[in-house]
Amino acid sequence: MHTLTRGAPSCLYEPQGVAGVSFAAHFRGDAQKSPFKTPHIGARAGPCTGTKQNKDRPYQGPDREQQGVLMGLFILRRTGVMVLTALCLTFVVFFLTNLYPNLEKLAKTQGNFRMSEEAVQSWLESNGYAQPMLSKYGQWLGVVPGWTFEVDDGIKGRCFNGTVSAEEAAQAPRLCGILQGDWGYSTVFKEDVSGIIAVRLGNTGYLMFWVLVLMVPSALIVGVLAGMREGSPLDRSLSTFSILTTATPEYVSGVIFIAVLASSKFGISPILYEWGWIESKTLFKGTATSAMKDPNFSNFFLPVLTISLYGMGYIARMTRASMTEVMAAQYIRTARLKGVSFHNIVLKHALRNALIAPFTVIMLQFPWLLNGVVIVETLFNYKGFGWVLVSAAGNNDIELLLAVSVVSVIVVLVTQLISDIGYVYLNPRIRIS
Amino acid sequence: MEALTWTGSVAFLNPVLMVAVAALIVSAVANILISIFVSEGPQQVNPDGTIAARGGLPGLLSRLLGWSLLAVVAIVVLYILLGAFMGANAGILGAMSHQLVPVWIALIILYAASIAFKRRLGLYGKLFDSPIGMIGFGLVMFWVFVGIFGALDLIVTHDPLAQVSKMKNKVPGTPMPGAEEGDFAWYLLGGDNLARDVFSRMIKGAWIVVQIAPMATLFAFMVGITLGLPAGYYGGRLDTLLSFLANLILAFPVILLFYLLVTPEIVATGVPNYMATVLFIFPIIFVGVLLNSRFYTQPNFRTPLLIGVLGVMIWLYLSLISEQNSAVSILPGFLDLFNIPGGILVVFVSVVFVNSPTVFRIVRGLTMDIKTRDYVAAAQTRGEGPWYIMLWEILPNARGPLIVDFCLRIGYTTILLGTLGFFGLGLPPESPDWGSTINDGRKLLKLYVHPALPPAFALLSLVLGLNLLADGLREESLKD
Repeated sequence: MHTLTRGAPSCLYEPQGVAGVSFAAHFRGDAQKSPFKTPHIGARAGPCTGTKQNKDRPYQGPDREQQGVLMGLFILRRTGVMVLTALCLTFVVFFLTNLYPNLEKLAKTQGNFRMSEEAVQSWLESNGYAQPMLSKYGQWLGVVPGWTFEVDDGIKGRCFNGTVSAEEAAQAPRLCGILQGDWGYSTVFKEDVSGIIAVRLGNTGYLMFWVLVLMVPSALIVGVLAGMREGSPLDRSLSTFSILTTATPEYVSGVIFIAVLASSKFGISPILYEWGWIESKTLFKGTATSAMKDPNFSNFFLPVLTISLYGMGYIARMTRASMTEVMAAQYIRTARLKGVSFHNIVLKHALRNALIAPFTVIMLQFPWLLNGVVIVETLFNYKGFGWVLVSAAGNNDIELLLAVSVVSVIVVLVTQLISDIGYVYLNPRIRIS
Repeated sequence: MEALTWTGSVAFLNPVLMVAVAALIVSAVANILISIFVSEGPQQVNPDGTIAARGGLPGLLSRLLGWSLLAVVAIVVLYILLGAFMGANAGILGAMSHQLVPVWIALIILYAASIAFKRRLGLYGKLFDSPIGMIGFGLVMFWVFVGIFGALDLIVTHDPLAQVSKMKNKVPGTPMPGAEEGDFAWYLLGGDNLARDVFSRMIKGAWIVVQIAPMATLFAFMVGITLGLPAGYYGGRLDTLLSFLANLILAFPVILLFYLLVTPEIVATGVPNYMATVLFIFPIIFVGVLLNSRFYTQPNFRTPLLIGVLGVMIWLYLSLISEQNSAVSILPGFLDLFNIPGGILVVFVSVVFVNSPTVFRIVRGLTMDIKTRDYVAAAQTRGEGPWYIMLWEILPNARGPLIVDFCLRIGYTTILLGTLGFFGLGLPPESPDWGSTINDGRKLLKLYVHPALPPAFALLSLVLGLNLLADGLREESLKD
């Protein structure tokens, strides 16, 4: 029985470690075994690093230098895993988008819908889609020379646009993939992918900025207020509010907001209009298309609110859990017995410790926000990153879709990494023990 | 036929309800404000163990809150009761309540039986000690019964696909022109932009969710448990590999994954069918290993049991995955028991696929935690096999968090199904599921809000019910 000895618990500094990606899993569902109730990370990081120490001496913990090296190794390994994940993921996307029915659809949308089987075949060949899958993937990555195809009036190829003469083709670079910084060409928008992604990410970044500005402070306030007196009416009403927001996906809350606040026939806008309180027909605008050029409160607030609400409840519940735990701690009782006033206890003693845990939650909300962004941008017709994802996926725009998945994978994995590192630095129990 | 108003002849209740709601809001706000500014004094406990009521302004306010809440609930129940007896005379709400009479009866029977026997029902019975859990369970069972009775055509007023001319975008309570004897005379919640009855579509949509969401979650749990237990128990390379795969799926944006798996072109290649072939094999492995590890010391009993159970399961499995004229067609037609209607299998597979990595991670974490306990060491010393320990020692002890997560996850699956519908993926466009109906309704939302709001609130209340139920279960299971 090899398992008779306790299996060594996995360490923080291993890629699949407890503190590593398991947090992500945590906040994707498993709420009841919250790491903030049982600091098992600290408990497990102990024996792992402790094995390197002299057994006779009590374990003192790694010194600063050693810790720096460990952290460096940790980041290095995580980066390696990240690159591997990104490679596998893009290959899956590549494989699925390059299946024959998808290519046939692409050929018919690019050419015309009544193409015969042979016409489709020759279109695919002349545009480089008919090669073996792995070679195409290598070209996209930039490790295999780009394809060229001779047509009647010159040469077509991956590394140059349109049909060119043989001399021009010879001058073009041999390799052109993302390693060379060439993200490819979008078949839907007829533009370079990198340009599209940059513009749309900018739009979404602006949206996300305001989402964070609204979501994070309000979630923290709700959580702290609810957690400072467990069981009070304030706690119960705020907890109900948090549960309600986590139960309302964006496409439900968005629809309700538009109906109540942005409809000229229903909800409160007609009433306010009749009373003369608002000048336009509706209180808010139901679309955010104009917000891309000229964002203002009436056309931008509803999308921001819709995304924020769904993520808010979760952060608030985590903050509440962390706050109630801190408020039950010994040092808070000591402070109370010394006669410190309640608001001083909350603000000076409890708050800082209670806010460590929500930090990781906020970082791990980013992948979730990405989902919300796709739904909200579709609902409010705001042309950002999510809108690009939907149009690229709907039209099988292979290279755009690949770029979208690279970007989202990087967002997901980098936020995981930041939240792990941040947790280690913020939590003195892990740093010192 | 006249158009129905919302409350019809029971409109006399409306002012009363308004007063009660106003009192509720005022007292709730006052309670919250006072709890911020006035700290609670120590509670006075009488010698007989009872607690003295709180005096002063805070006590008064909290009693006021209790009474006004009771009043609101009583008036709402009165609406439902009057509606159930008076039908369309009590307006739209009354007519809906009348249509829902089978649901009310089923709910009353369920609650009466459960509360009467709650001490003998284990964790389920304890649920009826927590008000939150009871409310959540009520909401969930309401939609379950609506789904079941809706599928039996006891509730719907019209065919959810039938288009009646002149009913396009009509407001709730519009009478149907030329309704014949035996037809229901109104569109209770109005007509959508294709002149179909919103109420009937919402009811039919409940059935789709009630069918798919719990089953998909169950399959995701089977996959997650079958892979998560060995990953957590053995650790090492197996764990590294499986965790990497799970993280890979988790790193995908869900919507991108849906777009990649559910488009008609991918369905034509048979990728979802192959995925179904792989994913649906896990329940068979799970049950097979479960029974084998328990009974392998009694071969005379085990062998027939395994042959019987696995035989039935494999037959079901084959009829589930094999469809005539699709990529996977193994069974000949006469042995094929049932076929899943178009789209549903694809949706089902993709939802299972998205959910199982998370379940895997949870099970793996729990296993790593539990395997260090003494009873596992005791079982190892007894010489039990690893699968016996995983399935009969570790899994039963991880059930608490898993049950709670199961409830939350059904809610999440419901949201995912809605997302699929919202992007028009998978299910056919005329399908009455809530996501598709919200998607249809949102296009004319600024002019006609009534087609989009009922499914939105239905989805909201079901997911809310599941979250409250999970909260109640967590609370009660922590009390053990």
